[in-house]
Amino acid sequence: MTNLQSVSSPSIHSEDRAHEADHPTSTVAKFDVEQPLKLDCGIDLAPFQIAYQTYGELNADRSNAILICHALTLDQHVANVHPLTGKAGWWEIMVGPGRPLDTDKYFIICSNVIGGCMGSTGPASTNPATGKAWGLDFPIITIPDMVRAQAMLLDRLGIETLLCVIGGSMGGMQVLQWTAAYPERVFSALPVACSTRHSAQNIAFHELGRQAVMADPDWHHGRYFERNTHPHRGLAVARMAGHITYLSDAALHRKFGRRMQDRELPTFSFDADFQVESYLRYQGSSFVERFDANSYLYLTRAMDYFDIAADHNGVLAQAFRGIKTRFCVVSFTSDWLFPTSESRALVHALNASSARVSFAEIETDRGHDAFLLDVPEFFDISRAFLESAGKARGLDGTGG
Amino acid sequence: MALQEQSLPLGGVAPDRTGKYRTDHLLVAEMIAAGSKVLDVGCGDGELLQLLESRGIDGRGIELSREGVNRCVARGLAVVQGDADTDLVNYPDDAFDYVILSQTLQATRQPKVVLENLLRIGRRAIVSFPNFGFWKMRLQLLVGGHMPRTEHLPATWYDTPNIHFCTIKDFVQLCDEINVKMERAVALDLYGRPVPLNLPWWVWNMFGEQGVFLLSRGTGK
Repeated sequence: MTNLQSVSSPSIHSEDRAHEADHPTSTVAKFDVEQPLKLDCGIDLAPFQIAYQTYGELNADRSNAILICHALTLDQHVANVHPLTGKAGWWEIMVGPGRPLDTDKYFIICSNVIGGCMGSTGPASTNPATGKAWGLDFPIITIPDMVRAQAMLLDRLGIETLLCVIGGSMGGMQVLQWTAAYPERVFSALPVACSTRHSAQNIAFHELGRQAVMADPDWHHGRYFERNTHPHRGLAVARMAGHITYLSDAALHRKFGRRMQDRELPTFSFDADFQVESYLRYQGSSFVERFDANSYLYLTRAMDYFDIAADHNGVLAQAFRGIKTRFCVVSFTSDWLFPTSESRALVHALNASSARVSFAEIETDRGHDAFLLDVPEFFDISRAFLESAGKARGLDGTGG
Repeated sequence: MALQEQSLPLGGVAPDRTGKYRTDHLLVAEMIAAGSKVLDVGCGDGELLQLLESRGIDGRGIELSREGVNRCVARGLAVVQGDADTDLVNYPDDAFDYVILSQTLQATRQPKVVLENLLRIGRRAIVSFPNFGFWKMRLQLLVGGHMPRTEHLPATWYDTPNIHFCTIKDFVQLCDEINVKMERAVALDLYGRPVPLNLPWWVWNMFGEQGVFLLSRGTGK
């Protein structure tokens, strides 16, 4: 394992991560024992908190609110500097003045999902009953649980109906869950690079990641906080495997090919001879600095359990029957994690439900992660869809 | 949009003086009542759908080309990427008031099956297509000895998406065969003007560059 030691020297201490989990830099909505979060597993989670960021101004008739749902390993820091990494927000390219999610027009909300580790209650948070981190005592959560928590946050913010719910990957699953669970609260929905159910192959990749975390001797059955350590090697491996699924062969080849890293000839060792190896190790190491290993277990599990049709006797169209929400479904040609065929199945179900749905497949070789990258076609579609939704909702041009 | 108010021979097909919309699109739009729910199969870049929406018609579209879909979504239209030949089966019966197949019939693999699907999904169908019996077409093949090319069918024989050409006469025969009722039929001449209704079919077949048909389910079905 010597070659993985190189990825295992986090510059962000676990205390910083632990502090961020309980006392985030974001705004926090706290819910006491009177307002429990009713989880699918049957447990009432209380008290709990949701950390969130907002951008732009809510207009007078509260009609310009857009909820961004974040993907698996992202968080609420959409368009501001990340408090742990110091890097720019993960969707600054999409969110800001004049951007597709125009903060001069719209009021943008993004919350850290329940089960996350950036300030919403999750396995890294302190369990009030023990005064220690929840760890594996934290109940299993689902995508519907995340959405239920977001709905409670919106109630708190006084927002009845969202102009749009938008998100990619796990965020896209939340978008679909929003429309299935609260159709009357979602005027329009933009699910990107996602599916109504997690496929067997995707579950398999997640299991690989979870097993890597659990195999790390520093994991201590999830009680690593008490030993002041973190299973960063296992988590880094999980991230590496995940990261490969987010890209495409063509993108990896274009970016790295078989080029060597700082050398001409192979070292005949297990060092990172190839550039693609260094890249993956870097991705792994930077990830463990900001993310909690147990959160990774819980959130991947939530995605695995996701299956909208299962809640409607296996008939997907039933989930959307009579829905008034306007949909724009977007997929990417080189996404093999959530291939276009899955988006197409969703669109067929929506059509069968007589929903107002648009669907565009965007040609790119950048894989699943394309929704986070500079893909002008995707920006144009998002902008146009939001503008037409705003027009249909009678949003005035100034945004109030 | 300044529409000429004069009554034309074929039930108020008014030419668009602004040139903003194609005559055949205006003709289709005239056939549909406001408030109807419409599916445009092979909607291209959404020009017709946009015209329909501007007239209070609830429009949806299917388009095969990715570029077309993206342009439609960018116009704020509800358009899905799909193939008329394979995707129509997924639509439930009576889902729409009208289903439009505008200049697309000749590009489908199974025109007959597509036509049957149109009238299953929609209570009515509007079909327009380039007439291969048009005199210029006949002339190009007869005199020029090569496959005809026109303004509406500019592709050369080897790179055309159009695989099933028909004449107005052929189409009328097909409608008979699958028991489809023809409620209205309009042939447009070279200049996009309607060919007068009182002329016999062979004139339409000869002088109509394209045909536009309003269809409904036949009674004996």
